Amino acid sequence: MNLILSRPNISISSLYVWQRHRDVFFKIWKTESLGIGLEPWIVILAMGFGLGQFVTLDSGEKYVQFLAPGLMAMFPMFAAIFECGWGAFMRISMHGTYEAILNTPASIEDITTGDILWGTTRATLNATYILIVLLILNHWTDAVNSPYAIGIVFVAILQGFLFSSIAIAFAALARAMSHFGYLFNIIVMPMFWLSGGFFPINELPEWAQNIAWFLPLIHSVELNRALLNGNLTLNMIGDFFWLAIVAIVFYAIALVLMRRRLIV
Amino acid sequence: MKTAIKASNLSKHFGNIVAVDNINFSVHRGECFGLLGPNGAGKSSTIRMITCSSPLTSGQLMVHGLNVNNEQRSIKSHIGIVPQNDNLDPDLPVKQNLEVYARYYGLNKQLIRRRVEEQLEIFELSDRANSPIHSLSGGMRRRLLIARALLHNPSILILDEPTVGLDPQARHIVWRQLRQLTKNGVTQVLTTHYMDEAEQLCDRIIVINHGKILAEAKPQELIQQYVGNNVLEIPNFSNDIELLKRSLDFTIEYEIFGDKTNIYASDDNLSIISAKIETSSKGNLRKANLEDVFLRLTGRRLVE
Repeated sequence: MNLILSRPNISISSLYVWQRHRDVFFKIWKTESLGIGLEPWIVILAMGFGLGQFVTLDSGEKYVQFLAPGLMAMFPMFAAIFECGWGAFMRISMHGTYEAILNTPASIEDITTGDILWGTTRATLNATYILIVLLILNHWTDAVNSPYAIGIVFVAILQGFLFSSIAIAFAALARAMSHFGYLFNIIVMPMFWLSGGFFPINELPEWAQNIAWFLPLIHSVELNRALLNGNLTLNMIGDFFWLAIVAIVFYAIALVLMRRRLIV
Repeated sequence: MKTAIKASNLSKHFGNIVAVDNINFSVHRGECFGLLGPNGAGKSSTIRMITCSSPLTSGQLMVHGLNVNNEQRSIKSHIGIVPQNDNLDPDLPVKQNLEVYARYYGLNKQLIRRRVEEQLEIFELSDRANSPIHSLSGGMRRRLLIARALLHNPSILILDEPTVGLDPQARHIVWRQLRQLTKNGVTQVLTTHYMDEAEQLCDRIIVINHGKILAEAKPQELIQQYVGNNVLEIPNFSNDIELLKRSLDFTIEYEIFGDKTNIYASDDNLSIISAKIETSSKGNLRKANLEDVFLRLTGRRLVE
């Protein structure tokens, strides 16, 4: 079977799949939103104002200012990973949702793409919401210092697509819910702690910095940081392209693995 | 076009396992076509190839005049599928299950609304429109699955064991609705383990086992051809069958299923046998049915 070379078969049906996820979200948004809604407030309060009291940065920034760009990268990453990881796994392996959709004109690529677009949407909503919270608190945090901050929405779209692709590729490989421990412990958590969101990455030993550079999350944190401060640099081009390359590669991998998973 | 589905030298292999072994059959437009066989016979593999969810290993398969190898989207828009296992969307209530599903077919909003109302009405689910899926009974879920498969007005409906796990009342409701579809000219392909179901619904049947077609005919023809009018069913007779055989001046065919022995012969000969054994054992002379055909064709204990 020619899995890799076959031309991706993508159509308008991927939009219908996205609409299915949107409709489900409208059913459950009250319960879903409670956690997502409270999260940034608590984190900003605890880490920004609480822990922040004990932190002095070389740059002279408040800790909460340092933390803000990371929050807008890390929590959207979780949103995408949960939606396209656990969520997709249940739709593939437990509820037969994909099997049912495959009986309609939708193709495997449509389903995969629709899922990734939905994960991207969730990540983008999440980042936008945190940006709004930071704007509300800006009097105390001084985190948002430039109109370029709106660009964070586009960073969220790019990294949302990326992490959704990684998660769905993993969901296609997983054979049991417990396998998600690998995704979470080997990929997501190290990235969460080492992405330069909590402390400047140049505090790490040189070799660790070199490895960390390849982690995509670092680049969304860097982009967010530049946009919040209005401090645009040429480095951003590198950050953008690395995110785009990783996103495209994992999207292709996700398509191949989903074909392998769903074709019998 | 008079042929709805045509399979030519169709095969499906999984590694070394041959699930479907070079079979040929045609489903005529408007008929109800039964695919019978024991578990693992190749029914579901055949169905999955028809529904474009499993690529062929070899051969050719045309559905609605289109080749399953390269016109999958088009084929899938002409067929409706009632799957064996319930895959209703657990995250959405009854009506929205249908609305969201109809959208995958690219229907516009007004049409979706109309078709969903119609289907809920036909399948007697209107009063459950807003119920969550998990609150429905098995019979209701089946009806909803069939309703869902018909939203886009398919010309071919594929049913993989449509009444598995249903109580007799629920089965009769489903049968009535399927007969109505036949009247409306919808081609149906169904697999089932219930022979009474196949006898009730199917115009034509193929029996398959080990991936091969063993017989193909109308239900009554199959019964006549493989069993005859009647069957003599005798409990606890397996030790005496040889004795009986030797005492007769004609040959008989029989099979032993567990503690039951079935004897197949012409009506005259069966009455001779009944008379002979009446003193020793209680035989039951009954009408032959499709289950006899099925057991004769696919039974492992086939003896002549």
